[in-house]
Amino acid sequence: MIAFLEELAQWFVDNWSGSSGYIVRTWEHVQVSGAAVLAAVIIALPIAAWLGHVARGGLVAVSIVNIGRALPSFGIVALALPITIIIADNVGFISSGLGFFPTFIALFALALPPVFTNTYTGIRSVSPDIVESARGMGLGEMRILREVELPLASAVVLAGIRTSAVQVVATAPLGALVGYGGLGRYIIDGFAVQDDIEIVAGALLVALLSVATELVFGLIERRVVPPMLQTKRPGRLPPEAVAHQEPALPVAVDSV
Amino acid sequence: MIVLAQGDSGPFIRWDWIFSHLDEVWDKVFEHLVLTFIALAAGMAISLVLTVVALRYRRSYGPITWVTGALYTIPSLALFAFLVPITGFSVLTAEIGLVSYTLLILVRNTVAGIDGVPADITEAAIAMGYDRRRMFWEIELPLALPVIIAGLRIAAVTTVGLVTVTALIGQGGVGFFILRGLGRFFSTEIVLGTALSVILAVAIDGALIALERALTPWAKTRERVA
Repeated sequence: MIAFLEELAQWFVDNWSGSSGYIVRTWEHVQVSGAAVLAAVIIALPIAAWLGHVARGGLVAVSIVNIGRALPSFGIVALALPITIIIADNVGFISSGLGFFPTFIALFALALPPVFTNTYTGIRSVSPDIVESARGMGLGEMRILREVELPLASAVVLAGIRTSAVQVVATAPLGALVGYGGLGRYIIDGFAVQDDIEIVAGALLVALLSVATELVFGLIERRVVPPMLQTKRPGRLPPEAVAHQEPALPVAVDSV
Repeated sequence: MIVLAQGDSGPFIRWDWIFSHLDEVWDKVFEHLVLTFIALAAGMAISLVLTVVALRYRRSYGPITWVTGALYTIPSLALFAFLVPITGFSVLTAEIGLVSYTLLILVRNTVAGIDGVPADITEAAIAMGYDRRRMFWEIELPLALPVIIAGLRIAAVTTVGLVTVTALIGQGGVGFFILRGLGRFFSTEIVLGTALSVILAVAIDGALIALERALTPWAKTRERVA
């Protein structure tokens, strides 16, 4: 055990620099994860917010969670490969269907459901009285959404983005299977050559990065969410926990 | 690196390949079901114990959710990777990981379900002379079943998906097809493995809904706890 830990420590001393060092690998990991979550937020947040505002599409919101949960992340990452290779063959400016592109597509697909559902649920759970009085004060629909509903829903929306981000960071290691770098490289390569040190080092780095992701979102929450609405304990809530706290959603009830 | 040797120009799904490999498909589906079932059964047993502890000693609920929450947060691949040096490429490694991920969901729903039993019912039961144990098994647990099964459904669907990842540590059920398809770039196998995993998740979810209906015949209007 002691010898193992010494070797592990030595690994961290030996492997930090260079193109396969863990500084670069971590950066690759963050890049593809960040891009996927950002794309998911840009696509899903406005649509879900609008649907929540007009109180339509509850069935879609519920179905998206259920489908998202049933899809195996491993399968999605693997499926992205043949799909992106076909795309790369037919679309001129995409040169390679390997590596970044399939990883990004898969992570993007996995990032969508929590962002969508939490945004929708968050907007829907804003009290109609508040929206009504905003309307009475003469605010336009877009302003109601932007200045009243979204700030009030920000804790739930952000929880959705955090769930997405943590899930994406946790799944990004599988990108190593489709030719991408990132921290998964160490685990996947370690499996292949049965190198326990490399496997554990990779696992440690992946776990640390996902904890770091949680912490970063805790800080963001403190800055973005109005103080009165902040959750006391920004613990780890899986998406279902958020849905659980909002049982008042009428659309979620009749759509089994 | 992946060698793009086979199937690169072939059709996306070769049905003839699937039909000529049905025996293997059934084997892997069965393996998938066994891995899922063991994980859920063990997870349910452990979380029932944790729930009893949490209800008996209220202060332990915080630490219990903290620990199960921490397990839930560790990325699945990382958790399997941590275990490989100890338990190797084995079913045990797969099951420890799979069970770990069910605990948070199951404990939280079981506690919430039992907490949600109306006080007038438990008071009536006390008045009728129920002791603590009978109260738990005959009153609280049955009335909490819809919420417990709601948790079990989430855990089941999540587990079915996670089982595919265990292909990387030599198990995997239908995840085996995904990994092999990826290795020789044969999209048919990737699609097959992914589709089977989704079908299994939906089927198990449906089976659990049926189980809930059978176990709670008194509930006419059922509340959905997502």
